Amino acid sequence: MNAIIQELEKAEMDRLSEGKTIPNFSAGDTVRVNVKVVEGNRERVQAFDGVVIAKKNRGVNSSFTVRKISYGEGVERIFPLYSPRIDSIQLLRRGDVRRAKLYYLRGLRGKAARIAEKTTGAAAKEAAAERAAAKAGKNPAAKR
Amino acid sequence: MRTGVLAQKVGMTRLFTETGKHVPVTVLKVDDCQVVAVRTEEKDGYNAVQIGAGTAKAKNVTKPMRGHFAKAKVRPKAKLAEFRVSADALLELGQELSAAHFVEGQHVDASGITIGRGFQGAMKRHNFSGLRASHGVSAVHRALGSTGQMQDPGRVFKGKKMPGQMGSRKVTTQSLEVVSVDTDRNLVLVKGCVPGHEGSWVRLSDSLKRALPENLPFPAGLREAGAAADAGEGQQAEVPVGEGESGATEEKKDA
Repeated sequence: MNAIIQELEKAEMDRLSEGKTIPNFSAGDTVRVNVKVVEGNRERVQAFDGVVIAKKNRGVNSSFTVRKISYGEGVERIFPLYSPRIDSIQLLRRGDVRRAKLYYLRGLRGKAARIAEKTTGAAAKEAAAERAAAKAGKNPAAKR
Repeated sequence: MRTGVLAQKVGMTRLFTETGKHVPVTVLKVDDCQVVAVRTEEKDGYNAVQIGAGTAKAKNVTKPMRGHFAKAKVRPKAKLAEFRVSADALLELGQELSAAHFVEGQHVDASGITIGRGFQGAMKRHNFSGLRASHGVSAVHRALGSTGQMQDPGRVFKGKKMPGQMGSRKVTTQSLEVVSVDTDRNLVLVKGCVPGHEGSWVRLSDSLKRALPENLPFPAGLREAGAAADAGEGQQAEVPVGEGESGATEEKKDA
């Protein structure tokens, strides 16, 4: 890619992720995406919990797809990773999957659509450390 | 009427607004854009400025062209173009235009040579539907079908859409919004796409159809003026860096 475009995209990414920490998540993880929504003239934060079934890494054009079952109906939302409408992303659970795109989950329901938690490897260690850190500073975390 | 600018298409990217809308933008670089010749009513019968942009190796420029550039005391340019201007917007030889020629929020027209696609059939070139895949059609699935009627009129009408050269023609995209102007790197970011491939030359001029803002630099946004304003704002450190970089790339091209 052209050097100027790279510079511009980097500046845009830095600007958009300023003051935000984007957790290092991947397909199979369960996340909570806090989305800013406008109701009338009031703005509030709405959470969207679900499994990440796909993640597209393209610099500023990165996006991820979150799937959840809402009232028995499968719902998928695609978020641009650097969207200013995303207040924060929380990593709730690391999933143990062997594929980068989990589109097969669309055909599965209930028990079959479960994903085992990842308990080994670098990612799990990272998750455990995060959890320990969260436990240590539980009260401020709970307030947030 | 102001002059336009010759810019080089760098590529496309996206920007996000605070409301979460994303804006696709084309990045255009105003690279060494200087006045190479001036046409005046008395001498040539019309008013215009000839703008040159980019850099060409002196050894690859013909002798007559070298003389032409020498007259304006500018380095050989990769691309030349003329812009009609009103008499009061004429510029002087050698003046350098910068990205500050345009202001944020104004509209511009961009014209360039579209990406060439070669000789293409009617399906790709004119979105014809072609013939059926089955039901007895043999070996003509992508044909254009009938081109006319019977003995009357007995000929194919002029302008009939047929296979032929696609792309590689001049196209003007009108009324593109200028999203931002980067005077340090001499970039203009316009909303949407601009004809041509990356690295191709684009004529950028004030929009014909949209009203123009009143704070446009007149007769033109010149490089010297822009650099002086920057220095006044205390950004002096950044400007020489940009110049150093452009100097370095020129050296590389010459080597």
